[in-house]
Amino acid sequence: MSAGTSDLIGTAIKLAVALGILLNVVPVMVWVERRGSALMQDRPGPNRLGPLGLFQALADALKFMFKEDVTPSAVDRPLYLMAPVLGLLPALTTFAVVPFGPDVTVRGHLYQMVVAPAQTGVLLFLAIASLGVYSLVMAGYASNNKYSLLGSIRASSQLISYELALTLSVVAVIIPVSSFQLRDVVDYQQHHVWNVLPQVLGFLVFLIAAFAETNRLPFDLPEAESELVAGFHTEYSAMRFATFFMSEYISMTSLSALGATLYFGGWTLPGVHISGLLGVAVGLAVLFGKVACFLAFFVWVRWTFPRFRYDQLMRLGWKVLLPLAILNLIVVAALTLAGVL
Amino acid sequence: MEMAVFGLFALLALGSSLVVVAHKSPIYSTLSLVLTLFSVAVLFVLLGAPFIATLQLLIYAGAILVLFLFVIMLLNVGREEGIPGGHRVQLVTAILGALAFTGALWLLLRPALGAAPQAALTEELVSLSGLAQELFAEYLLPFEIVGLLLLVAVIGATVVARRPTADELAGGAGAGGAGSTGSNRAVDEVEAADATTPSWAADEDRAGGGARPASFPGGGSLAGGAAAGGEAAGIATPGVRP
Repeated sequence: MSAGTSDLIGTAIKLAVALGILLNVVPVMVWVERRGSALMQDRPGPNRLGPLGLFQALADALKFMFKEDVTPSAVDRPLYLMAPVLGLLPALTTFAVVPFGPDVTVRGHLYQMVVAPAQTGVLLFLAIASLGVYSLVMAGYASNNKYSLLGSIRASSQLISYELALTLSVVAVIIPVSSFQLRDVVDYQQHHVWNVLPQVLGFLVFLIAAFAETNRLPFDLPEAESELVAGFHTEYSAMRFATFFMSEYISMTSLSALGATLYFGGWTLPGVHISGLLGVAVGLAVLFGKVACFLAFFVWVRWTFPRFRYDQLMRLGWKVLLPLAILNLIVVAALTLAGVL
Repeated sequence: MEMAVFGLFALLALGSSLVVVAHKSPIYSTLSLVLTLFSVAVLFVLLGAPFIATLQLLIYAGAILVLFLFVIMLLNVGREEGIPGGHRVQLVTAILGALAFTGALWLLLRPALGAAPQAALTEELVSLSGLAQELFAEYLLPFEIVGLLLLVAVIGATVVARRPTADELAGGAGAGGAGSTGSNRAVDEVEAADATTPSWAADEDRAGGGARPASFPGGGSLAGGAAAGGEAAGIATPGVRP
């Protein structure tokens, strides 16, 4: 086999693994969300279908597929139909730059365990993630509904505001590593400590901004049920609605994977060095163990905190998180210059 | 393979930029512009400049055009509105503009046409470290000046967008804090000082000084932090709040 063919096959396999995991996270997360909320509210939650109610997620998915798909007559049809798909695409794509295992040599060919080993790594992640907002904006505008429009106006301003803090906290991680590639970030943490220790502040900013970027409570203003019916997806039903749902959970997963890679050593564990295909399996398991912790935290926070008001959201983003992110950036830059990091 | 990708995205870029100009709905125009920028980013990747491509996506497609959409939706601009004078004025200005642009392009390109070919852009030059070297060593001063220019624009926009405060309204002062002409109300010294200094300076005073009484709400300080009780300014300008 030529090197090009091996690369192509390798990429196809990596793509299949990544997509398989990301798409299967959704039903599992729906179940976790429902059981988790039930746990926190002292009620049983869905427990009839299958062990621990696990098959409830399958039933939900089936229900979405067989429900009637209503398209209101006054919508802007092309945009209305495109919006859910455009939301799913960036959510699925961003994971491509996250590494999930050590390099493997099979039959003399070296495979990097990342779907897209791009030179600009984490920047590409942020760039593609920032395209996700168009789905929300298009959905809100095309729905021809005041609540939808309000939701998408909120979404665009919220995502822009919190992207700044998120990006600045990521830049602070990049400085000591001096590479945008996430594999170098993982490498750096293997030789030093996990970034979360020297950059607690940056991690907190990242975490809070991640909640805002994924429209999760306490920042779910674009779909605030008590004010906007359902916000930007008010007019969507059946599988189109479910597609918005899926992109929310998948972007949560991707962003969690980024957080785990930037601050918690990614697919590595301190003191564990396994190479070969077994190493890849362990790496995947470790990465998704960390991602699962992030996701559990997302659920925990959702059922704990009430929603922010719009002006509070803006004040937090611009007057608290942004200055903190800049402070963190300056401190990290100074420490790096002094040779401490 | 590379040629096919180039052809596809070059066509996409051309087609979508035509839609930007031709479409009646500003929302569609903006979304087509996103597609144009995305296609151009792909062309950058093909040229061996992934960093520039990523920045193009991150800054233009991911941030600036979202603000375009935000403003269009906030103002609820439906369709393109007719310009008084109709198409004749448009046509004349379009031709004049095209001529001027061609002239400028010719002036810019003329020295390069006859001259010996310059060194090609190498991959090192457009790579991350190459660009960083150029920006932060060779062209540091122009880079800083551009940054300063953007800061001036931000401050200017903040001053223009700021809502007049209750005090200023009572005193009849304009939103820009340009003094209270035509007002016959008595304004005390402190307020007069506030009205004559540019409002951003007043804001910074407040942020720095900490505890000014709450008689001067509104107008967020760019530095953030200390100013409590003020509403966020700039992009965060409410009116969005239902």
